[in-house]
Amino acid sequence: MKEQLQKDFDNTVKNLNLSHKDIEIKKFSLDNFLNKGFPNRKEEDWKFSDLNQIIKKNIGQLSFYNDYTYTNKVDTSEFVDGLEHNKIVFINGRIEKIDFDYEKKEQIEIIDQSETINKFDNNNSLSDLNNALTNKSFKIVIKKGYQLVKPLIIYHTSNSKIWSKNINLRLDFELEEDSSLRLIDLFNDTSEKNFFNIFYDFNLKENAILKNYKVDKQENKNIKYSFNNIEQNKNTISETFILSSGSNFFKSEINCNLKGEHSSAFVNGIFSLDNNKHHEIRTIVNHLTENTKSYQLIKSVLEDSSKAAYQGKIFVNSDAQKTDGYQLSKAILLNKDSEFNAKPELEIYADDVKCSHGSASGSLNEDSIFYLMSRGLNYNQARELLINGFLLDVVEKITDSEIRNLIKNMIGIKE
Amino acid sequence: MENRQKEIDKLKDYKYGFSTDIENTKAPKGLNEEVIKFISNIKKEPQWMLEFRLKAYERFKQLKEPDWQKPKYPKIDYQDLYYYSAPKSMDGKPKSLDELDPKLLETYKKLGIPLQEQARLNGIAVDAVFDSVSVATTFREELIKQGIIFCPISEAIQKHPDLVKKYLGSVIPLSDHFFATLNSAVFTDGSFVYIPEGVRCPMELSTYFRINASNTGQFERTLIIADKGSYVSYLEGCTAPMRDENQLHAANVELVALDDAEIKYSTVQNWYPGDKDGKGGIYNFVTKRGLCKGKNSKISWTQVETGSAITWKYPSCILKGDNSVGEFYSIAITNNHQKADTGTKMIHLGKNTKSKIISKGISAGFSDMTYRGLVDISSKASNSNNYTQCDSLLMGNKCGAHTVPYIKNKNSESNIAHEATTSKISEEQLHYCQQRGLSAEEAVGLIVNGFCKEVLQQLPMEFAVEAQKLVGISLEGSVG
Repeated sequence: MKEQLQKDFDNTVKNLNLSHKDIEIKKFSLDNFLNKGFPNRKEEDWKFSDLNQIIKKNIGQLSFYNDYTYTNKVDTSEFVDGLEHNKIVFINGRIEKIDFDYEKKEQIEIIDQSETINKFDNNNSLSDLNNALTNKSFKIVIKKGYQLVKPLIIYHTSNSKIWSKNINLRLDFELEEDSSLRLIDLFNDTSEKNFFNIFYDFNLKENAILKNYKVDKQENKNIKYSFNNIEQNKNTISETFILSSGSNFFKSEINCNLKGEHSSAFVNGIFSLDNNKHHEIRTIVNHLTENTKSYQLIKSVLEDSSKAAYQGKIFVNSDAQKTDGYQLSKAILLNKDSEFNAKPELEIYADDVKCSHGSASGSLNEDSIFYLMSRGLNYNQARELLINGFLLDVVEKITDSEIRNLIKNMIGIKE
Repeated sequence: MENRQKEIDKLKDYKYGFSTDIENTKAPKGLNEEVIKFISNIKKEPQWMLEFRLKAYERFKQLKEPDWQKPKYPKIDYQDLYYYSAPKSMDGKPKSLDELDPKLLETYKKLGIPLQEQARLNGIAVDAVFDSVSVATTFREELIKQGIIFCPISEAIQKHPDLVKKYLGSVIPLSDHFFATLNSAVFTDGSFVYIPEGVRCPMELSTYFRINASNTGQFERTLIIADKGSYVSYLEGCTAPMRDENQLHAANVELVALDDAEIKYSTVQNWYPGDKDGKGGIYNFVTKRGLCKGKNSKISWTQVETGSAITWKYPSCILKGDNSVGEFYSIAITNNHQKADTGTKMIHLGKNTKSKIISKGISAGFSDMTYRGLVDISSKASNSNNYTQCDSLLMGNKCGAHTVPYIKNKNSESNIAHEATTSKISEEQLHYCQQRGLSAEEAVGLIVNGFCKEVLQQLPMEFAVEAQKLVGISLEGSVG
């Protein structure tokens, strides 16, 4: 892998118009990655998902060079119907379209950061890989006081024309004071056996509101890693929802830094897995100051030999008195080969706090099935009703009604 | 006079902090094959035992000291320790209590553990371990009548080699991990218990561990075997003198429960915790593991952890037999600069196995406490259940309380439920108690005891009273 990576890196850098200093930064990141390699189960954060093995088993040899000189055709039929929205379209890792048609142009600034390296600092080696290989990165600034009229949908599309096995994406968002953004990440893959490595950085200024919905629904054979870093100042709210279902492997990491008083973070997620799929959600909520709040709810339904893992950490700094932190994960195992692993973690250094977590896993409740069958449903209907109800609980946590309905339709949950 | 007053003041904090001036036989300092041979030789061990030790030592040389735990400690120089220390008067092995060095008897009397059988009314058989050797075991005759073997493990190696050979290392294998392997190489003494088929042990068995000599690591080994249909309740207590340097305590405890047998193991751990500034204290790195080998067997751990500078242990149950049950009840209290990283592992292998974990952590002062636990239901353990509850109480914002459970469910017919909370003593509860005339300190004591009640109830009567007092003492000075 090392030789291939070095070669592909040299080709990538050659095509970029970078200063000497920036190339050095990229080289430094590459060396970091080469030293560490892909994360494996020896690292505590990757205990339940050995990415190194997963890539080896599912993809084999990776290649890293992407020729972005020619464009991909945007297929408008893929766009979500019945919901007016702004778009960013990634096809095979290349940004094809940025379109804020519904918004006031002067309220949104799109900064091309391709020529200045804005390093993503994170101690995992995938951020190094991302720093070394991303070739175009944008920063989207929502101006003070502006609230987007329509949601923004980011389409992550891949098809058979994909150039290399590894795609690295990077987007930064800055929400200025009193602004708000609704954002949906939609994954539409038709390519096979690729590794996507996606980093988002959100900076929420005072009173800003961010709602981020990640939807990985479409069946595909890809491996994905996504990392969201959310910096939260005073009175900000972030809401994250993850539907983890379609890919072969998907690990989503959410890191929230609650830096300002009265800021709050909500993370909700659904695993709905079958076959040999293996998904993980890892959340870290850092309560760094007084009067902050976080809430997390993760539910899983696991069929066949699928495997889900949830690692959630609530960290409370010694200054963060009056913290309210809550975390709940529940899993239904439908097959004897399915597996659920959880590591709900509390790390607390302040005494005047209210923190709790719960985790439960097991089979469908036979009594409930009996009850429903005694009222005339057949076994499959009863089972489906129970699972729908179980998952609906999480979907109902979505505060935006338009998007809640969209996602309900996507999953096929009826009320 | 002034010095004396200082001594007394010091002892007020930790009343077991005195040391006994007694002549010792020690192995040469350091760890090498010679020292292991020395220990084996002085214990007049058979060849197979020496081989067991040497094999463990070979393995130990390849192992790396783990460093994933939360409380970090300065590197231990394993060559700078004495691995064997025994009161000289024990060299010729006294035949009865009357021949025992009066200084030893006095020490245990001071600790509240009278060894003279006639002085004992509450009917607990005690095995007292002083530094590296077992000095006295009481009520042996009475137990022998029922076929129960309760003796120092060094004696069991000579008198009951078949049992020891069969079970020693069967739960904690030689190459398990760094500290357990070190123990296998250099363990000096400890207790051995065998309860024959169908016997219900008529009294509580108890071991009292005392570290006295300085610069000594204590490595004792306990092996308890409950044969088919038997029952035993076993207690363990520990103290150490106050010294400025840290001392290492790395014991191994192995429990084996055969079909329908039940073992109840209770610990009140009160090793010297170090002074108010975190100087000195015991490093308590103990490996405790029980194997529910037979059907319908049950192992229950209860621990009250108030001492030690660093406590790092996970009493575990391997639920191998079908229908077996594992339980873990724990209270861990840290104050001043104490650190604890403790919890349990419940490994479900057999069908219809059940486990229950109740853990209560209280941290005060500058201390740091972590509950770390594993519940692993394997794919074969159908119809198994686990329930876990960990509650932490924080006193002040200079201390920390952490919960790190690992939950693995590989069986769709099995259920795991886990809950954890962290909070402080509510103002309302305090107000209520104080309104009714209790001082702030008394109120806290009362509330904390209530918080721990679920675990305290699991302790045998005599221990429960002591533990309750200990909970109060450990938190003294942490209110206000």
